[in-house]
This record gives sequence, C-alpha cells and structure tokens, in this order.
Amino acid sequence: MPLAEILLAAMWICLTAYALFGGADFGGGFWDLLAGRAKAGRPQRNLIEHSIGPIWEANHVWLIFVIVLAWTGMPSVFAAISSTLYIPLTLAALGIIARGSAFAFRKVSTELWQQRLFGATFAASSVLTPFFLGTVAGALASDRVPPGIAAGHPIWSWVNPTSMVSGLFAVGTTAYLAAVYLTQDAKRVGDPALVEAFRSRALVAGGVMGVLAVAELIVLSIDAPQLFRELTAGRALPFTIVSAAAGVASLVLMWRRSFLAVRLSAALAVTALLWGWGIGQYPEILPGATVDEVAATESVLSANLIAIVVAGILVIPSLWWLYAMFQRDQRPAETVPDK
Amino acid sequence: MLETALDVQPIDLMAARLQMALSLGWHIIIACYGVGMPAITVLAEWRGHRTGDPNYALLARRWAKAMGVLFAVGAVSGTILSFEMGLLWPGMMGVYGEVLGLPFTLEGIAFFIEAIFLGIYLYAWDRLSPRVHLLTAIPVLVAGVASAFFVVAANAWMQQPTGFDVADGRVISVDPVAAMFNPATPAQTVHMILAAFMVAGFGMASVYAVSLLRGRRDRYHMLGFLIPFAVAAVVTPVQIGVGDWAAHFVADNQAVKLAAMEGIFETQRGAPLHIGGVVIDGEMRYAVEIPYGLSLLAHFDPNAEIIGLNEVPEDQRPPVNLVHLAFQVMVGAGFALLALSVWLAIVWKRQKALPRSAWFLRAASVSGVLAVLALEAGWIVTEVGRQPWIVYGVMRTSEAVNPAPGLVYGFVLVAVVYAILTVATVYVLRRLARDIPVPVAPQEADVSDYRIT
Ligand code: HDD
Ligand code: HEM
Ligand code: HEM
Repeated sequence: MPLAEILLAAMWICLTAYALFGGADFGGGFWDLLAGRAKAGRPQRNLIEHSIGPIWEANHVWLIFVIVLAWTGMPSVFAAISSTLYIPLTLAALGIIARGSAFAFRKVSTELWQQRLFGATFAASSVLTPFFLGTVAGALASDRVPPGIAAGHPIWSWVNPTSMVSGLFAVGTTAYLAAVYLTQDAKRVGDPALVEAFRSRALVAGGVMGVLAVAELIVLSIDAPQLFRELTAGRALPFTIVSAAAGVASLVLMWRRSFLAVRLSAALAVTALLWGWGIGQYPEILPGATVDEVAATESVLSANLIAIVVAGILVIPSLWWLYAMFQRDQRPAETVPDK
Repeated sequence: MLETALDVQPIDLMAARLQMALSLGWHIIIACYGVGMPAITVLAEWRGHRTGDPNYALLARRWAKAMGVLFAVGAVSGTILSFEMGLLWPGMMGVYGEVLGLPFTLEGIAFFIEAIFLGIYLYAWDRLSPRVHLLTAIPVLVAGVASAFFVVAANAWMQQPTGFDVADGRVISVDPVAAMFNPATPAQTVHMILAAFMVAGFGMASVYAVSLLRGRRDRYHMLGFLIPFAVAAVVTPVQIGVGDWAAHFVADNQAVKLAAMEGIFETQRGAPLHIGGVVIDGEMRYAVEIPYGLSLLAHFDPNAEIIGLNEVPEDQRPPVNLVHLAFQVMVGAGFALLALSVWLAIVWKRQKALPRSAWFLRAASVSGVLAVLALEAGWIVTEVGRQPWIVYGVMRTSEAVNPAPGLVYGFVLVAVVYAILTVATVYVLRRLARDIPVPVAPQEADVSDYRIT
C-alpha cells in the first residue's frame, strides 16, 4: 500500500481544513481591521468576535497537524523547508502569537484604549500571518526550496513574483471566506444591516479574488511554468476548472442571497485550488526529490496513520458538536436549569 | 539528502539555544496551568453543585475566565514551538523527525480534544445542564495530562534515544512505540505532570493568599486559597519521591549529567553530596559536604562508584555550575514547599483554620513563584545537563542547528515579542484578578453578564 501517499493526503486534508476554518478566522481579523472607527465598527467587530471566539483554538490545531505530519512523514523535506524559509516562517509564527493572544486579551479588557491596542494587533497580525504563509506556498510552488538544509536563498526564496502574488492570494482567500461565512452568521443573529455589510464585502472580495486568480496564473506561467502546465493542461486541470467554476458560482449565489449555499461553493473553490496545486506538484515534493525518496520508514508511516484514524474517530464528532452548538440560536437559553 | 552546507557561527548557535530555552521556558509555565487549572476549576464547580454554596460557583467562573486567556496564550506559544523545532534544529528534525513523530501526532489529538471541549466548557456554560457541563470538563482534564505526557515522552527520547537504526546518517528502521516508551519516559513524564499540578495549585493559591493578607478574609477568598493549595500540597510529597526516582534514573543512565549536577570531577567511591558551592578551575569550592551522601542517594550504597566529569573530554561536558545551581534550586524549592504544606496540614488538623502567623500567608503568596522556579530549574538540569548533545550520545546540538545566517536577529525579535507578551499577559491577568467579584444569587445564571465577554 502506498503509505506515504496516504499520509501525504492526510496532511493535505489538514491543510485544507486549516485554510477553510483557520483561514476564515484570519479573514475575520481582516474585516476587523477595516471595520472603521471604534463606535461605528462595533457591531461588525462584535459579530466577528462572537463567531470566532469559541472555535479559533480548535481551528488552528489543523496547522499543528500539518507541521507534525510533515516532519514525521517527510523529515528531510520539513528540514529543507523550515531552514530555507526561516524568515517568513518566523514572521508567520510571531504573527500567530500576536494574533491569538491579542484576541484573547481584547475579549477580557474593558477600557477603550486597551481594546483598540489589542484589537489593532489582532487585526494587523491576522493579515500578515496568511501573507507570510502564502509566500511559503509560493516558494514551494516555484521550486525555490531545494533539498538539503538551508540550501535555498534565505531572501529570494520567498521574495519573488510567485511568493508575493501567493501571499496576496492567501490574504484575499481568508478575507473572502470570512465575509461569506459572516454573512450567514449575521443573518442568523437577525441583523439585516450587518447582512448587507458583509454581503457587499463578500462580493467585492470575490471580485478581487477573481482578478488575483488571473494574476496568479500569469505569474505562474512565467515563474513556475511546470506547475502552470499541470494546472492548465495536465492532471490538475479538472481542479482548476472546478475551482474557477465554484468561484464564479459563489459570486452568483451571494448576489442571489443563497447564503448557506455560497458557504459550500466558496469552500469548494478553495479546496479545489489547494488540491489542484498538490496534484500538480506531485510526485515531486521539492525539486528533484520525489515522495518515495523522502518518505519516512514504513513502520513510522503506519503507526502515524493508525494515530490519524484514531484522531478522526475522536475529533470529528467532537468538532461537529462544537460547531453545531455555536451555530444554533445565539441567544442563551433563558431556562438555565435549577439544580 | 541532508548535508550541512555552511559553517555555523557560534553566536548563531548560542542564539538558537537561547531562543529555544526562552520559548520553551515561557510555554511551560502556561502549559502547567493548562494541565492543572481545569482540574482545580472543576473541583470547585463540582463542590458548588454539591453544596449549593455560591462561593464555589463564583470561583469556578472566575477561574474559567482566566483559563480562557491562559489557554489562548498557551496554544499560540506552543504553536511557535512546533515551528521552532524546524526553524532552529533542522539537522535533528531532518534525520530524527520521524522517530520523534508519533508522540507529537498523538499530542495533536490531545490538543484537538482539549481545544474543542474547552471551547464548549467556557462558552456553553449557560446552554448546558450543570451535569453535562461538568462532564464536558473531563475530556479537557484527560487531554491536558495526555499532552504533557506526549511532549515529555518526546523529550525523554532525546535523553535516552532508543527504537531506531541508522546507516550513513539516514534512519533505516524505526520502532516508534519503543522510541516513545524509552527508558527515560516513566520518571520524566510523571515528574512533569505532578509539577504541573504544583505550579497551577500554588500559583492560584498565591493570588488568594495575597488577598487574605490584605484582610479580605471572607469565605470566598478562603476557599479560593484552600482548594488549589490543598491540591498542590497533596502532590508535593509525592513529587519529591518521584524526583528521587528521576535522580536514580539519571545516576544509572546519564552519569555525566549526574556528575555535573553534583560537581563531581574525580571518579570515586563513597562520593559526598554537595550542598551549595561553585566550581572554580575544575574543583568544587565552598560546598557543604555530606559524606557518602551522593553514593547513598544515587545507588542506595554508601560505597557505590560515582563517575566523575574527568572521565569524558572537556568538549563533552555540560556547563557544571549552571546545572549544579539549578539542581540545588529545584530541590530547595521542593522542600520549602513541602514544609509549607506540612505546616498547614498540622495546624488545620488541630484547629480547622489557617496558621495564625502572617508568615504563613506571606510564604504562601510566593509559593506560586517558588513552584515555577523549581519547574524552570528542573528543565535546566535536564536540558543543559544533556549538553553538548541534542540527542544524548547520538547527535550534537551544533550539528542540529540551522546553518542559515542571521539566526541571532531572529532571536532578538523573538525576545522582544516575548517581553511584550509577558507584560501584556501579566497585566491582563492582574486586571482579571483585581475585578471585585459580585456574588449574585446562586443560580441566577451565576454571573449573568458572563456570556461571551
Ligand atoms: C514543581 C516542580 C518540581 C519540584 C518541586 C521538583 N522537581 Fe525535579 N524536575 C521538575 C520539576 C520539579 C521538572 C521541571 O518538571 C523536570 C524537568 C524535566 C522533567 O521531567 O521534570 C525536573 C527534573 C528533575 C531531574 C532531572 C531528570 C532528567 O534529567 O532526566 C531530577 C534528577 C529531579 N528533577 C529531581 C528532583 C528532586 C530530587 C526533587 C526533590 C525535591 C525535585 N526534583 C523536585
Ligand atoms: C517545557 C519545558 C522545557 C524547558 C524549560 C526546556 C529548556 C531548555 C533549555 C534551557 C534548553 C537550552 C539548553 C542549552 O542550550 O544549553 C533547551 C534546549 C532544547 N530543548 Fe528543551 N526544555 C523543555 C522541554 C523540551 C521538550 C518537551 C522538547 C522536545 C520535545 C525540548 C527540546 C529541546 C531542543 C530541541 C533544544 C535545543 C537543543 C539543545 O540546546 O539541547 N525541550 N531546552
Ligand atoms: C514539557 C513541555 C510541554 C508541556 C507540558 C506542554 C503542554 C501543553 C499544553 C497543556 C497545551 C495546551 C494549551 C494550554 O492549555 O495552555 C499546550 C499547547 C501547545 N503545545 Fe505544549 N507543552 C510542552 C512543550 C511543548 C513543546 C516542546 C511543543 C512543540 C514542539 C509544544 C507544542 C504545543 C502546541 C503546538 C500547543 C498548542 C495546541 C493548542 O491549540 O492548544 N509544547 N502544550
């Protein structure tokens, strides 16, 4: 059995989940940043806080799984990526710290200046972190991380056309997903003004994403021709088509106010994009290094796959419960049972 | 496929080690609260339901609020660590990442469970019946202890690497389970988990000891002090026993570390125990010597042989003074906390009240700091005492470090961020502690404005 491929797929599932759930949390920070002055932006910020509050910590565990599965399943690849891309990864890590703690601090602080300070930190790092993670993806997509420890260029590996566009693309994706999700959340709490606000944001973000997607493809065609070929003519073509179609469909659905359906189509667009990239790159993980050459030993792969199955059994129902609980009616049950 | 291309600057190596020590040493404090605090909080909540005493319910609410902050900070500071494993030590992760992988994957499961149920526990308090709400805490408790077990098992592997074969610098076969349950795992994990309960318990009690000292001697503050203190006090004697177990383990398996802990240079029988003292020019000075003490403690035999540092070349010795000092601090703090616990136990048994002396509360209000000191000192013994090895006897720290230039600037940046984070965390927690609690009617949705604050 191709254990390495299965582990890789599990890792990619975690990456997708991180993009869809964790990504939307980052996007919440993006809109928080643009929500305007303290008073005017209050309702939007409250909704964002309300939606992210109980779930963001669970959402970001997906990222931890991506990292751990990378070093377990393909140790030398993990070492090559993190040593060459040391700068953007450090900045992303610091962004994660700033974001999570500022969010928690803001929630418990009462004075305006504190809320502003922590809020600004939360919002700014919500934009910077996906940007740096996007540059990392761009570095991999354009084959700028050679195998070996610190073998790539510490700067140009991530300061290059593909990385920059991918960074913007990542920020755009988070913002777009968040706007889409928040529109439905606003509808559920029954605030028509907020629904409108987030609907128009989602439409604008969706349009920008379309432009960015074209830009990304143009840059790839010059900077990463091989991946471009796979995406536009090779094995990954079906994914490109699905992603584009789902993206367009999302705009239409949002326009027609099918807020629940657009959640699905937007998520599908992002999912297809990530898997298209993965499949376009496979089987070469890093330039000249295929999966077979870099995979961990069989016993490691199978032990960790068993652990992942256990994880699925334990985690998926629990996550379901968590989301379901906080997607239900937002008002607290009036009847707190007496003992 | 892995070859270290460039020469590593000594300053970059130093920076990487300091960065790792800083971020681990920071995370571990918060993580201890993540392990210990849910249990103590649930204890209070449960007592509240049993007795109907609103003071318990109020305490549980307030601790839950602090937990929300601590958990967020713990989660993000832990995430940094998993980045840093690769950013700073690609030489180790590139070769041994797969050997270390299983405990970390399992730890990921524990994090998930912990994060999910903590979200429910904190935010759905008023949506669930009291019984279901209490039950949602159980996965949080189990997952907290489990995650401590798994990370420390990974660290234990670095102390006693087992379960793999290497050929030509490449790992060719691995037994992940044997690697996880290596000889160092039992003592180290138990010692760590108990430490977490001590840090959380004494730390929480310290806050209320300060209030009691300031004369707020109502039942609320009394209980806020007694519940966490009792938990920690019960753990303390056990912890000292487990520390002895850990020391025996070191004596049997890491002779050089033991020699550094005790400042023993010449291999000798009937080695003395050194209390205090510093090493100057390869010799222990100014120490109080307890004849035969070390041989007796380490091997239950006054004439047992103790290997000295001189047996290994100088470049294979850890920094002796730091390790020796750290060990003294840990043991000293452990016994001081034991004395405090015994003091309360004796007085309580006689008069069902706190000791009358203000010195008791003064000591109790620094007990949290003391426990953290023991914790950090213990990790310094373990990690610095392992030097110059990153994987004991197998790989040197200098072979593992990222050879990319400029690590030192990364360290400076990280240090600044942690300084700010420390200030902000302390500030926010102090604010939370200072808010005057308003005891409301028992079941009035306890604190009705609590929801999503
Ligand atoms: C509240 C915290 C605390 C307290 C009171 C103690 N320890 Fe400890 N000790 C730790 C917290 C700790 C720790 C920080 O958790 C360490 C670091 C690694 C580990 O597993 O536990 C540790 C490590 C550690 C080691 C090194 C293990 C190794 O390198 O593998 C030894 C020999 C001891 N301890 C011995 C003791 C003794 C004899 C104590 C008696 C007073 C004691 N500890 C109290
Ligand atoms: C959380 C409690 C821990 C603390 C406070 C701690 C402390 C330290 C310290 C002080 C150092 C620097 C040693 C030196 O350079 O002289 C260090 C290094 C290191 N620790 Fe730990 N450690 C902890 C747990 C762990 C765990 C659980 C792991 C891994 C699973 C780990 C992995 C490392 C690594 C990779 C290094 C760098 C290499 C080295 O210097 O040995 N540590 N740690
Ligand atoms: C002895 C050392 C450690 C202990 C006992 C420990 C324990 C914990 C605990 C209990 C949490 C949950 C968060 C909280 O309640 O605050 C946590 C978070 C975390 N820890 Fe550590 N940790 C240790 C060291 C490490 C190391 C060395 C790593 C990485 C390699 C690490 C990675 C993480 C990560 C990624 C999280 C965030 C998970 C989440 O979302 O909750 N920890 N740690």
